[in-house]
Amino acid sequence: MNASLNAWSDALSELHLLGLPVGLVVIAAVPLVFIALYALTYGVYGERKISAFMQDRLGPMEVGKWGILQTLADILKLLQKEDIVNKSADKFLFVIGPGILFVGAFLAFAVLPFGPAFIGADLNVGLFYAIGIVALEVVGILAAGWGSNNKWALYGAIRSVAQIVSYEIPAAIAILCGTMMAGTLSMQQFNLLQQGEYGFLHFFLFQNPIAWLPFLIYFIASLAETNRAPFDIPEAESELVAGYFTEYTGMKFAVIFLAEYGSMFMVSAILSIVFLGGWNSPLPNIGPLSLNDWTTGPVWGAFWIVMKGFFFIFVQMWLRWTLPRLRVDQLMHLCWKVLTPFAFVAFVLIAVWEIYVK
Amino acid sequence: MTDITYTVIFYLFAAITVFSAAFVVFSKNIVYSAFSLLFTFFGVAALYVFLSADFIAVTQVIVYVGGILVLLLFGVMFTNKIMMTELKTDVLNIVPGVLLLVAITGGLIYTFLARADWFTSDNRLQGSVVERIGFETMSRYVLPFEMISILLLLALIGAAFLARFDKPRKMNEK
Repeated sequence: MNASLNAWSDALSELHLLGLPVGLVVIAAVPLVFIALYALTYGVYGERKISAFMQDRLGPMEVGKWGILQTLADILKLLQKEDIVNKSADKFLFVIGPGILFVGAFLAFAVLPFGPAFIGADLNVGLFYAIGIVALEVVGILAAGWGSNNKWALYGAIRSVAQIVSYEIPAAIAILCGTMMAGTLSMQQFNLLQQGEYGFLHFFLFQNPIAWLPFLIYFIASLAETNRAPFDIPEAESELVAGYFTEYTGMKFAVIFLAEYGSMFMVSAILSIVFLGGWNSPLPNIGPLSLNDWTTGPVWGAFWIVMKGFFFIFVQMWLRWTLPRLRVDQLMHLCWKVLTPFAFVAFVLIAVWEIYVK
Repeated sequence: MTDITYTVIFYLFAAITVFSAAFVVFSKNIVYSAFSLLFTFFGVAALYVFLSADFIAVTQVIVYVGGILVLLLFGVMFTNKIMMTELKTDVLNIVPGVLLLVAITGGLIYTFLARADWFTSDNRLQGSVVERIGFETMSRYVLPFEMISILLLLALIGAAFLARFDKPRKMNEK
């Protein structure tokens, strides 16, 4: 197992065509294609269908069978739209904003292991990098909000940034709890440590009696970091039109949404890697039925991590259509007076468990 | 990757750092200066990676981009009439300025070339430095570490105290 770790990405990075490192480009392109495909299918179409079913509606039904082609039609429409830049907008920041935003969301995918055989870069500070690179997204949001020269956009940007910066603290402490259990920051090491024949019993969530606390804290904080409901006050339709992307149309709007869907998958993937075994199969070996061995391998690994990510995205969507939006003061109250103290408690309890009990 | 690729990438990041830093100083628009600082910080982080200090590089991104730059942008954006303020980026006092520049640059180059005792380590840095940073902070440097944390806590309490909504005085003023 260990010998084949990162086998595909290593092989790709050695691949040269005509003296050019084509393999490196392919490695960078894989997450990009993945984000585009998943945002197109599951992200947009899935969210519309799921929200429709939760509200006892049908959702998109016109284009293709069950409206499957609806998203393609929407993309074609977005591509044809005129690229509008407001007269009074700050042209440079307005144009560069969505770009910075998407780069920030996409850079984190460099350390995301798509299965045991594929990872962009197996950094020994991978997890730290993944939660730190979000900082770039924050600057992109500010650039977009300020550049639009619009009250709603600036308000949305400032709310969004205040929220992301505040919720980074409980999120980082919760991740630190997972790091204490693993004793590493490398994404692939996290996965390897949670490998075993009993499947899900080896996951960190079930290895420690307090692990559910940082798991929940990180999930709640990650909702706020990706501006998802019930923390979507930065784009609150009823107060701010659409928040920091009020003025954006056409492809720029599509890029902003691609970035949002990208970071939604990224936080879900981090959650599943740190607490739920990443690309490891959750099925246990039961006697002669060696389910775990059958469902382990490079392709199965990619399947499991994508499925775990999709599951948490489903929960995010589910919450969006269930819970009402929080007010700004409730948001800050939850972050500083509830999540942060509980994160510290979880930190101390897990440290005690790791040192004295285990 | 070959050495030539490394060299090209290194000079690319060095150029990004230097040019964006120059833009920060020479730009007449303070918002652009603040956004340009983003590229300076990223360039410096990339240069840390070339020094095999990946932990420091990521910390640089988190602290400078995620913390200081965002705070700076907030300050700039919340300040009214910031676009109207005339920024002075003219060259004033040329003679003392050039003298100071030559003196500082000369001193730095002299220190780099003559005084500094550069040496190449016999054993290359192996594996992860994160564990070693942790061990060193918690053993040899635990006192400075704790002192800094107390200083930061004091700054935090002071900031909260200054920003606190002062109820009785507000009432009196009305």
